[in-house]
Amino acid sequence: MGNTVEIRWHGRGGQGAKTACLLLADAAFSSGKQVQGFPEYGPERMGAPITAYNRICDGGAGNSVHSNIYNPDFVIVVDETLLRSVDVTSGLSEEGAIIVNSRKSPAEVREQLHGYKGKVCTVDAGTISRETLGRNIPNTPMLAAAVKVSKVIDKDRFLEDMEGSLRHKFASKPQVVEGNMRALRMSMTQLKVG
Amino acid sequence: MKRDRMSGNEAVAFAMKQIDPDVMGAFPITPSTEIPQYYSKYIADGEVHTEFVAVESEHSAMSTCIGASAAGARAITATSSAGLAYMWELLYVAASSRLPITMAVVNRALTGPININNDHSDSMGCRDAGWIQIYAENNQEVYDNYIQAMPIAEHCRLPIMICQDGFITSHAVENIELLEDDQVRAFVGDYEPDHYLLKKGEPLAVGPYGISAYYMEIKKAQAEAMKDSRRRIYEVADAFAELSGRRYGMIEEYMMDDAEFAIVLIGSSAGTAKAAARQLRDAGVKAGVVKIRVFRPFPWEELQAALSGVKAVAVMDKSEGFSGWGGPLFAETRAAMYDVSEAHRPLMMSFVYGLGGRDVTISTFDEIYGDLARTAEAGKVENIYRHVGVRGDEEGIQG
Repeated sequence: MGNTVEIRWHGRGGQGAKTACLLLADAAFSSGKQVQGFPEYGPERMGAPITAYNRICDGGAGNSVHSNIYNPDFVIVVDETLLRSVDVTSGLSEEGAIIVNSRKSPAEVREQLHGYKGKVCTVDAGTISRETLGRNIPNTPMLAAAVKVSKVIDKDRFLEDMEGSLRHKFASKPQVVEGNMRALRMSMTQLKVG
Repeated sequence: MKRDRMSGNEAVAFAMKQIDPDVMGAFPITPSTEIPQYYSKYIADGEVHTEFVAVESEHSAMSTCIGASAAGARAITATSSAGLAYMWELLYVAASSRLPITMAVVNRALTGPININNDHSDSMGCRDAGWIQIYAENNQEVYDNYIQAMPIAEHCRLPIMICQDGFITSHAVENIELLEDDQVRAFVGDYEPDHYLLKKGEPLAVGPYGISAYYMEIKKAQAEAMKDSRRRIYEVADAFAELSGRRYGMIEEYMMDDAEFAIVLIGSSAGTAKAAARQLRDAGVKAGVVKIRVFRPFPWEELQAALSGVKAVAVMDKSEGFSGWGGPLFAETRAAMYDVSEAHRPLMMSFVYGLGGRDVTISTFDEIYGDLARTAEAGKVENIYRHVGVRGDEEGIQG
């Protein structure tokens, strides 16, 4: 619909894909956008494939559509093992891009994407989160990659907003704020585009 | 006015917090669980003064509301699906005792097979219980409807359900404009019933046996109150429009002024239908949407006015009535059109859709509008009752 950017997240239950999706909606809201962020619910459990969605557009009436997203502009894959079992590029715009959490190069990942011709991006979100947060929490770096590639929000504005909300949320734990901010910045720097 | 973003469940809980009612009796059930969850946090944080009664079932949740409301308190609850079904017996007690309880319903399919996703079978199942029913398309509407609920219900002395679609809006974060706390409190006002159990010097019985000599008078009084509630719904909507700038009615007409083809439906999918209508208008097709906001009392006059002169109408039910020829919204909408002169009476078809969370997209609505155009061209309805998006169903709409 017009200027709406549609994003689909693929992850496994427990990895934070839903949280990242809602955080992206939050960040886009903070920069004045009309947003939707919603997960697809079913009988999920830890480790099972899950999907979450964003619709983001400039102000005005916003987006009235309430359905899942079948022709996204961007796809974000939080767990690369899903490439074997889920058709992650289904309906994905070739003008858009897919971002995969992987150590591999975009060219290597492209081989697993059934002939997808659009942009393929990779970022090693697992290693980044272990280095910056001490644990494998890939959704934070993937969120930063999503912002950088989709350009739905100005990336400096995004980093500022995130720092503000993290400082608010973790007022008593400044080290958590710093770790998350490093994770976001590292992801934006290390992102590989192919 | 404050610009924010939140899920539909949080929007309802936030409205409850701004109102700060006397009693909440609730038992958790997906997808409405977050409402009592958020509300419990408000209580724990000392932000509200509500007495929260943690009960062991929805039957008891509604009983708690009935007891509290009869005593003179403002009582609320929230539920979904099987939880609402478990309240069934008490829904009638609340309505016939004329207790203005406010219930947030987060619509979810009734079990059989078990399913946690959205359809309207739960609240449609109790459409004859004597409760006012108001439905929302999005988070803003469910918030706005909730704030209007008590001024409607308490004036009419009827209980009210404020419904939204499970997960589709209850768990989706969207932009919202919130009123200030003092604006909401002034709008909703204090609850000061004329008669209640704890009123000193006025002994009263609530819910006694209604022998045949009295039962029908009681039912007629309920029916009159339901009929009259329509006027109150408009009064409250007018006052709300003054406060918020957002205007509501019994139905919402979208691109209906010169519409030749119309879709009538309830809830979140109306937004998707509107997007389909917008696209078709760009292509020169005179498509329109009628969204039912208030289902009880039924907006028959508004529907007559909106649909009169339209060539073909699809009435879409998100519940199976098992009547053998369409869902409840179809039956009542079509009945409303019986009094319209033949020249202005549209061709009408029933489409059952979205059961158990089956997704509906813009292309689904495109198909339906296409079907309406073909039906209008043929001048008669070929198949009055069909389903949408059912695999292998050649007579149905695929989209």
